[in-house]
This record gives sequence, C-alpha cells and structure tokens, in this order.
Amino acid sequence: MVNRNPVIAVIGAGIAGLEAARQLADLGYSPVLIEKEPAVGGHVAQWNRLFPDMTPAAEVIDALKKQTAKIRTLLGTEIASINRLKDGFSLVLTDGTSLLCQAVLFATGFQLFNAAKKEEYGYGIYDRVITNRDLEAWFNTRKDMRIKQPEAVGFVHCVGSRDLKAGNTQCSKVCCITAIKQAIEIKEEFPDAEVYCFYMDLRLFGKKYEDFYIKAQRDYGIHFIRGRVSEVGEAIDGRVVVKAEDTLNGKPVKVTLDLLVLMAGIVCNPDAQHYARQVGVSVDDDGFLKSRDNIAAITESSRPGVFFAGACTGAKTIPETLAEARSAALNIHHYFNKRK
Amino acid sequence: MIYQGKQKIWADYQKEIPDNHWFYVRSCIRQNFFPASEKYFLAICRDQLGRDIYESEHHTTCAGIAYHCDTIPQETAMTVVARQFALMTEAGYENLVTSCITSFGNYTEILETWRQFPELEEKVREHLWKACRREFKKPKYVAHASDLMYKLRGEIAERAHFQLVHRATGEPLRIVEHIGCHYSKMFPHKGVGGAEYPCVLSGMAESWGGRVIDYPERRHCCGFGFRQYFVKANRGYSLSNTHKKFESMEPYRPDAIITNCPGCPYFLDRWQYVISEMEGKTYGQNGYGIPVLTYEELAGLVLGVDPWNLGLQVHQVAVEPLLDKIGIPYDPARKYLGMDEKKIMTPGLPTSLKCF
Repeated sequence: MVNRNPVIAVIGAGIAGLEAARQLADLGYSPVLIEKEPAVGGHVAQWNRLFPDMTPAAEVIDALKKQTAKIRTLLGTEIASINRLKDGFSLVLTDGTSLLCQAVLFATGFQLFNAAKKEEYGYGIYDRVITNRDLEAWFNTRKDMRIKQPEAVGFVHCVGSRDLKAGNTQCSKVCCITAIKQAIEIKEEFPDAEVYCFYMDLRLFGKKYEDFYIKAQRDYGIHFIRGRVSEVGEAIDGRVVVKAEDTLNGKPVKVTLDLLVLMAGIVCNPDAQHYARQVGVSVDDDGFLKSRDNIAAITESSRPGVFFAGACTGAKTIPETLAEARSAALNIHHYFNKRK
Repeated sequence: MIYQGKQKIWADYQKEIPDNHWFYVRSCIRQNFFPASEKYFLAICRDQLGRDIYESEHHTTCAGIAYHCDTIPQETAMTVVARQFALMTEAGYENLVTSCITSFGNYTEILETWRQFPELEEKVREHLWKACRREFKKPKYVAHASDLMYKLRGEIAERAHFQLVHRATGEPLRIVEHIGCHYSKMFPHKGVGGAEYPCVLSGMAESWGGRVIDYPERRHCCGFGFRQYFVKANRGYSLSNTHKKFESMEPYRPDAIITNCPGCPYFLDRWQYVISEMEGKTYGQNGYGIPVLTYEELAGLVLGVDPWNLGLQVHQVAVEPLLDKIGIPYDPARKYLGMDEKKIMTPGLPTSLKCF
C-alpha cells in the first residue's frame, strides 16, 4: 500500500475512532488517534457482553486494538484548541505539543445521560438505584455490595431519552435491547429473581432483537410493563419502592425491588460541541454534530476536511458505528483523491 | 440513603428569600384548624426576630379553593388576587408572603400565567379597575410563610429553649415532614429543595435538633385533595390516602409530623381518629397517635411558648407524649381553659385512640 502521507487527526479512540483509523491506515494514510482517557475502547470497553449474541465486548475491543497497534495513539491527551489552516488544521494538545493534519475525523462518541437529573428515580439518593453502566461494571468485576442475591429487579427504559423535560427528545436506540440483554443476564445469574422492565414502547429494530425480546418473555419469564415509573422511594430495609403505571391493564402498580436499573440514554458529548465550534461545524437541534446531509452524507460535515463517524452525530448500535467508521474512512480517501 | 445526594439537589433548588419587609396574607381556614399558628408566625417573626411584616384587615380569600374546585373560572381568581396585590401596593410593600400553600400555588400560577399571556394580565387590570377602582404592582417576590421561617431557622435555633431531642435517650426525634402539594409540585423551582426532596421543613426540623424520616409514601398526598374531600361521596379516597401514608411511615416510629399546608395537618391529625375508630389501629406509641404540627407550632414549642397558648389542645391527637419526650412543661389543668381562664368544652374521648 502506498503511503499517501496526509495526516488525519482522529478525535476519540472508541470503536468508531479505532475502526476508522484502521481503515485509513490500510488505505495508506497516517491517522493519529487522540484519546482523552488513559486507554482506548470508549464506552464499549466498559461493557461486558453485547447483544444479541452475547459476544464479549472485550473480543471486539481486543481485535480493534490489535489491528490498530501500529497507529500513533496519544492517550490521556485532550485538545486545547483546533485552528483551521489554509490546507488543513493545527491542533494544540494538552501535552504541550501541536499536531498538523490535513483532515479531522470526529469520533467523539456520546455521553450517558446523567440519571441523577431525573430526580424522581432517586439515582445518587437511594443506594439500590443504579444505571445500566453500573450494572455492566458489576458484570465485569462482580464488585458491588448492592447486588447480592436480589429477589426482584426492575429496569426503567428511556431515562433521559425521548424526554422533553430532560431536554433530550431523541431516542437512544440501544437502550431497549440493552435492557432486555441485562434483564436476561440478571435472570441467568439469579434465576429465582422476578425481573420487571418498565417501558414506553419497545423499539426492537435490529437483527435478532425481536427474537431476543420473545426469548426474554418466553424463556426467562421477564415481566414487561408498559408505563412510566412515576416515583421511587426507599423502604426501611433499603429496598426501593417503585410506583408506575401499567397502561395495558389501566392500573397503577407498586413493586418493592432489591435493585432498580436506570437505562440512562445517550446524549451528545459536550467535548464534540466544543471542538466543532472551533472548526466551524454546526451542531444539530438535538445537540449532536450536524451532518452535511442526514441521508446521503451522514459522515460529512458542512466544512471541507472535517468528517464524522459514530455516535457524535446521534445514537448508534455497534455494527452501525463500525460501518459508519469505514464509510468515513472511504469518504476521507475520496476527499484526498479529489484534491490531487 | 445517600444524604450527600439530597444535599446536592437541595443546593440546586435554593431560592432567594428577602430578609425583611413582607405583606402577609392569611389563610381562609387555618385559624379554625390551628388557631394560634398565624398569630405565632407574626409573633416570632415580628416580635422575637424583629422583621417588618404587615397585614391588612381588608384582604380576602385568594379564591384558590373555589378555583381548584372548579366553582369559579381562573379570571375571577385572578381578579381577587389582583385586589390583594393592590392592597400590598397601597401599603408600600413589594414582597408577598402567604400563610396558605394553596394561596402560594395560586399566586405563583397566576403570575406565571400572566408572564406567558400578558393580555390576560391587562384584562384583569381592567376588571379590577371596573370593580373597585384599584391598581396594582406585581410583587417582586412571593414566598410561602414556611420559606421565611426556613430562612430564619438559624435565628430560631439560637433562641431555642428546647431541642427536638428525646430527653431520656439524647437521640434526635424522628420527624416526618409533609409538604403541601401546591408548594412545589407545580413549580419545583419555587420551592426550597424542589419537588422531589423538598427541604423547607426538613431544614427546620434538622436545625432544631430533629432527624427527618424518608419513607416510601413521603411524596403521597395527605388526602385533603379538594375534589376528594369536598365531595362527600369521595371522602373514602381522602381517608385511604391518609391511611396509605400512615401504613408507610409506621415502621419508622415517627415522633411527630410537621407540615406547611392548611389541609395536610388537619387531615393527618383527624383521620388518625377515624382510622382508629374504623380499624382500632393507632400509629403512635402506647395507643397514642402521631402528633401533627404546623411549622409555626413547632417553632413556638422550640422557642418555649406554652403549648396551650399555641392551640395544641384543639388537635385530635394528643401532643402530651411529644411534650414529655422533649421535656416541655405544661399544665394539664390549663389545657381546656380559654380566654380569661374560662373553661372551654372538654371533648369526648375516642374509643381506641388514646388521648389525655
């Protein structure tokens, strides 16, 4: 492969950044991965298993790490400023160095919604209220004193997503299937536990998702209750008392649970917005970065030389993110070819 | 329970409460239920703590009850409220403090409605002028009287004669706080501590030595709900609400309940008698009920006011067990003496609920 030399700054070394960098390197470019965390892998590296085949997340990350081992990667490094030059960009990094590049790829990912903002659910107030991320951490480490032979566990879907009052109207896309996955995993760990999923509606669009949902009901006996949780309180023994509406039965429900898991939604990464403003890239109404065209050019920004991959433009599944990373790499390749 | 989590939320919902110069509007019903609460609000704030609080004998109901019962349209309630504002303006005040929670909600809702629909405000100004030739300035600040007492809680603690501590054990008393629905459920940012974990009452209780209980049905309505209580056929709903709360708080063995609404203390107090008559069940210790106090009554006790001067003898649930726990002296012989030491009627005793 010919080294075409252009340097491409890839901001973020989650799965989108890693996959795009791999593709760019294969195409003969010199990507530089800039990651603010001390390790690559982003959110997926913190996950335990992935739906719908229960693939270990580590497998996906290890493969990407192996494939990008030779790519220059700056860990624990943030970008102090980005300046647009005549033929590229100058990035000043927090380690005091600067990086000149000919294109910038935003692979800045997302943030999980801060579940404490939904005060009625009591995250950060009641011990036994945790988030989807906390539960994945437990699947990885088995270290959380709050999770000990639970007899009843609840999952609240759409925490901070599809929620006008929370300021996030968009669907986080992966929470429904993640809740089902985690509910099944809880049942596998604690077969005698009663598991409840409180949902608005289930958006199971992906390959095998619907089968996964049927399996959760048929094989694991997980209870799906269509209705919003209105409030959470704490019982004298530390368990949580959950009040919700069952809209299919037309009745209020109240259950006492050993553990309540909040499916915190996906929101934009504020770092991405900060960097986008510096290079003159627009931010969309939902806070995510704005593509040049939401149908035909999702990985392109309105500015030449600036590209997007993954959840920086909106919530995405892992396969979608990987596919988009490849697409972004190819777009960058065409961009340089046209400039020859 | 992660106490720091609550503190973080409380920090997000602190509101500005001016320190002085208030125009005070009383409640329609509180003087019947708790005859000395408003009197002692004024006595504490004015006489003990030196604040300027003005009240006019010309003010009326805010019409909040009629509005919430759907017996008058909101424009009528707005015009009544506009007249209160006119009285405040004429007296030279800019801060309005309400005794009643529904009034506080009503004033807040009306000001917010006018903010969103200025043409309505204009219409109401016209109505008021036609009706009584009055004009008004909108208050710069509307607070509930419990907001003001929350602000002054530290000064009250400095002057305290008694602490909310069990005299025999040295342990803080276990206090249930109950916020009126119209305090912050409609406008969370207008209430100290917000709607989910309000701290207006818990702040007072803790400042005066107590420990607040968070129980599962803490947020649940007391049962007063206008449409539940005022329609006789619906009173079962009212009672079942209260019953649900008591069943939920019972395991925590509360020593007292503190409230900031006209209806809540009344219903939480009186329905304990009804539950005891219906089910033979009582929720306090040794067959007594759980005393239910207004925040003014609690402040009065802390400051050493005679319990009978505070009107605690008109409560259904006997307050003597609470007074004994704290060590507040009282003269049983004076309990039913009214003005000029004349004996008022002594009530009959309930079947199950133990009373003095």
